[in-house]
Amino acid sequence: MIIDAKNYDYTEINRLIRESSDEKIELNNVLGQRYLGAGTSGKELLINGTPGNALGAYLNGSKIIVHGNAQDAIGDTMNGGAIIVHGNCGDTTGYAMRSGEIYVQGNAGYRVGIHMKSYEELYPIIVIGGRVGDFLGEYQAGGIIIVFGIGVEGIPVGPFCGTGMHGGEMFIRSENAPTGLPKQVCCAEATDEEKQSIKHYAERFVKHFGGSADELLQSRFWKLTPNSASPYKQLYVDNL
Amino acid sequence: MNPLYEVVRNPDRCIKCRVCERQCANEVHKYDAELDKMISNEMTCVDCQRCVCLCPTHALKIRPNENQFRENANWSHQIMDEVYKQAGSGGVLLSAMGTPKQYPVYWDKILLNASQVTNPPIDPLREPMETKTFLGKKSQKITYDENGKAHYEKTPYLELDVPIMFSAMSFGSISKNAHESLARAATELGTYYNTGEGGLHEDFYKYGKNTICQVASGRFGVFKGYLDAGAAIEIKMGQGAKPGIGGHLPGMKINDEISRTRMIPKGTDAISPAPHHDIYSIEDLRQLVFSLKEATNWEKPVIVKIAAVHNVAAIASGVARSGADIIAIDGFRGGTGAAPTRIRDNVGIPIELALAAVDSRLRDEGIRNDVSVVVGGSIRSAADVVKAIALGADACYIASAALLALGCHLCRSCNTGKCNWGIATQRADLVKRLNPDVGYKRLVNLVTAWDHEVKEIMGGMGINSIEALRGNRLMLRGVGLTQKELDLLGIQHAGE
Repeated sequence: MIIDAKNYDYTEINRLIRESSDEKIELNNVLGQRYLGAGTSGKELLINGTPGNALGAYLNGSKIIVHGNAQDAIGDTMNGGAIIVHGNCGDTTGYAMRSGEIYVQGNAGYRVGIHMKSYEELYPIIVIGGRVGDFLGEYQAGGIIIVFGIGVEGIPVGPFCGTGMHGGEMFIRSENAPTGLPKQVCCAEATDEEKQSIKHYAERFVKHFGGSADELLQSRFWKLTPNSASPYKQLYVDNL
Repeated sequence: MNPLYEVVRNPDRCIKCRVCERQCANEVHKYDAELDKMISNEMTCVDCQRCVCLCPTHALKIRPNENQFRENANWSHQIMDEVYKQAGSGGVLLSAMGTPKQYPVYWDKILLNASQVTNPPIDPLREPMETKTFLGKKSQKITYDENGKAHYEKTPYLELDVPIMFSAMSFGSISKNAHESLARAATELGTYYNTGEGGLHEDFYKYGKNTICQVASGRFGVFKGYLDAGAAIEIKMGQGAKPGIGGHLPGMKINDEISRTRMIPKGTDAISPAPHHDIYSIEDLRQLVFSLKEATNWEKPVIVKIAAVHNVAAIASGVARSGADIIAIDGFRGGTGAAPTRIRDNVGIPIELALAAVDSRLRDEGIRNDVSVVVGGSIRSAADVVKAIALGADACYIASAALLALGCHLCRSCNTGKCNWGIATQRADLVKRLNPDVGYKRLVNLVTAWDHEVKEIMGGMGINSIEALRGNRLMLRGVGLTQKELDLLGIQHAGE
């Protein structure tokens, strides 16, 4: 099915998506319509244009490919599926995402992967090709965030990376280690073995956007992990 | 430090059956074989009354420790104790349940009206009385077709047989048996219980049509199936007991079942950040409201829960414009499984004033019918319910009262996870003390009794439908209140 989104608002588009028996749906002339594909499973949406905020919120298995830039909160509370953005995206990408994969070719905004978490076989992945803003992986509780920093001069992540982090891992491709890290985060140069652990995602990334996974992985990476499983454990005293 | 309580054991009555020893998770009681007597370690006693209630010979009493520091009106024993605790640990003080401090309870300073002579009272035992309540947007536009049939826009709503719901308590903060009791009671009563932010246990999806599924900043257990499971979705922006504060369930409480329900690994901390990091404005809130509506095909009303704080009326006005169907306001006397003591005891405002301010503001702005208003934060009786509805609420949320029905004695130690009544604990040996077959029945009893009382009070006023009581502040009079308080509550003083 092909939908010309020009004259529809998001409710109508989402209704068409839900009611369509087609698995593959192409949306053209998308311009700021929010919540596209929210909560869906089993669909493949090809979006041409600029989808609005909360693209693929609560996504439950569908695949969304965006040819254009995406805005804020893509993949909010995503539980499965994939979002592939051939462009940049905004703030809070993958908020509280639990499973599935988000690949962004270009840059992403603030608070990418905030409160991302994993559970058993549910394991979320966010891969950003360019740079990200402040507070990457804030409160991260699981999953992997990878920032390739392709074409970025200097460190491709902003300050306060991993504030409140208590699970999961981040891989940042950069000559120099990220600065301004909070004390809950351990930062060390990734070993070759550790780099191999993300090879699969690098390969997927280049499959979507081109380039060479081996070349990417030849560079220095910094691996960020939580300092302790309970960063707040010592904070309280019972007052009965 | 001295123990807060003394265990008084009557040696003439004690038969050394050791029930108290087996019942106390705090390990206060112990049998000393050498002395052939029961001894007490009072340091860990929390005055939960479990041993007292189960002692077969009524040999036990728990009373405040008579040993007190030198009397001081400014530096109370409690305040001194807290200083010692913090000096010893460097920790933030953590407490549970609603504030025990002496703040004014306006419910107790409001009196209700009754009919005399003219407009006679109604006897609820022989006249039909209506307490059924609908929550959601009330349609403003009615159109008629050529046959004279009325048509109006219907948005998703909740239908309550009684104007009382069980408010949010997560699986994690309370036990599975407590949740089962609430779910079954809500089903039998024709009302709703609320999952809190800990997800919905797989065994309880069958109670979905009487369930409100909460979405909070941590998004624990939130996925499409969860959103679809309930009758409504509640976005938690704030909680009366801890406005401006998030939640933190320590890793040691995340056992197999909680891990599965919250969808996080066992033994890891479950941290709900204080803010939703994607919400910085009413427009952002609107985005979350509408994303939830979109994801659930516009089939479910969305509740936005806020804490009663200073500018609550303006905030509620914003929430009403965010697309929410229902606003839940939680007063600062409301309970919690754990909150920093200083926050619980000092932040927020009483629900009575918040409710009056919100209802007036929404009326003044002509948007009262765009939302329903639900209030909680220490609704303790049917009289509180009637007063809340007359002040402008559509329905009430109760939680502390529901826990009392399940056996809670308000010892305020939920945060320790060692609740001897099987409510605020995840220890299997303690959880099984709360039998959901008994628990749900007690909840049904409580709410049924309150519903009877509400009807009786309404009947006395000559009102036979809760709709006619809603926002009917003429039925209220204040006693011992200042003019300012009366103005804020929008009621007259008794005698006027």
